[in-house]
Amino acid sequence: MKELLSDIELWRARGQRVVLARVVTLAGSGPRDPGAAMAINEASEVVGSVSGGCVEGAVVSEALAVLESGQPRLCTFGYSDDEAFAVGLTCGGTIQIFLEPLE
Amino acid sequence: MERIFSRFAALVARDEPLVVATVIERGGDGAAKELPALGATLLVSPSNGVTGSLGNDLLDAVVARDATAALASGRSVARHYGAAGEARRDELTVFLDVFAPAPRMIIFGAVDFTGALVKVAKILGFHVTVCDARPIFATARRFPDADQVVVAWPQVYLEEVAHTLSERDAVCVLTHDHKFDVPAIVAALATPIGYLGAMGSRRTHAERIERLIEAGVDPARFQEIMAPIGLAIGARSPEETAVAICAEIVARRAGVPAHSLRDATGPLHQSEN
Repeated sequence: MKELLSDIELWRARGQRVVLARVVTLAGSGPRDPGAAMAINEASEVVGSVSGGCVEGAVVSEALAVLESGQPRLCTFGYSDDEAFAVGLTCGGTIQIFLEPLE
Repeated sequence: MERIFSRFAALVARDEPLVVATVIERGGDGAAKELPALGATLLVSPSNGVTGSLGNDLLDAVVARDATAALASGRSVARHYGAAGEARRDELTVFLDVFAPAPRMIIFGAVDFTGALVKVAKILGFHVTVCDARPIFATARRFPDADQVVVAWPQVYLEEVAHTLSERDAVCVLTHDHKFDVPAIVAALATPIGYLGAMGSRRTHAERIERLIEAGVDPARFQEIMAPIGLAIGARSPEETAVAICAEIVARRAGVPAHSLRDATGPLHQSEN
């Protein structure tokens, strides 16, 4: 997250609302370890990443919902047979991402 | 996170080691109990103490203790607790986000291979020190990418910094000169570093082993020395050798089997024909 701080501080200084998304658990195969972080502002600008690009789009949607509600949330992105069309990691792992507003 | 964000940003800007502990899940019938809110945050800094609270003093104390352990490991992790920090309960999940200082690589020997190793080690996130007793070679001008260039005998420098080193740190001995290599290895074996590699052919290392025995090193400890240094990937140039060394460090840190030159036989460099 260190590398995101200058952008987050710039956005906050501009008065933009920001959501911080962090990988908190990883089960099985996955590209990024716990602590990998991404920040999203209310204009849908993005810095950082939480996977190899597989779930970033879905994380942006969740982040905008967090801005709407003002409530943090824990999201799970995985891949199983009965949700083959759901958003997941192509590598077959499951990650949990915690999203929280920094307003 | 929000309440402590400014303080967090200030500490991170100063490169202070710290852990941000955040409540990320409230389990089962949690709503009925007095559980902290989702997103409640505790900031744990060894040098600046604890900021914020998860709403329960006992829970704060247990999380602060676990945060200190996580910091030593250098890895962020999620842990489960009871409402008052009890172990083996899962009313709460707390994410311990670790901001550890960069691991260190100390390279002894200001030689051609050193410049390339500094570059690759920087890509891996190491804080890199180049140390050589010869002032004409150990100059910041020759190693512009190094965080620090020190003119000192290896054993003198290592004794000075030994108390700051941990198993996340690495020492690479590239001098190719027993006069410097032997005291560097003897001193490095007295520290808790996680990787010790020494450059040179199998013949050079066999001679070095003789001298280490003369210096009183217990032969049982020779297995801790990765020599010849690096993975057997056919590296020849300084840059290729730097990749082979750093790949060996990654593999050993991950605990996965990789083909180290040390464990192979025959010459280090394949002949062209």
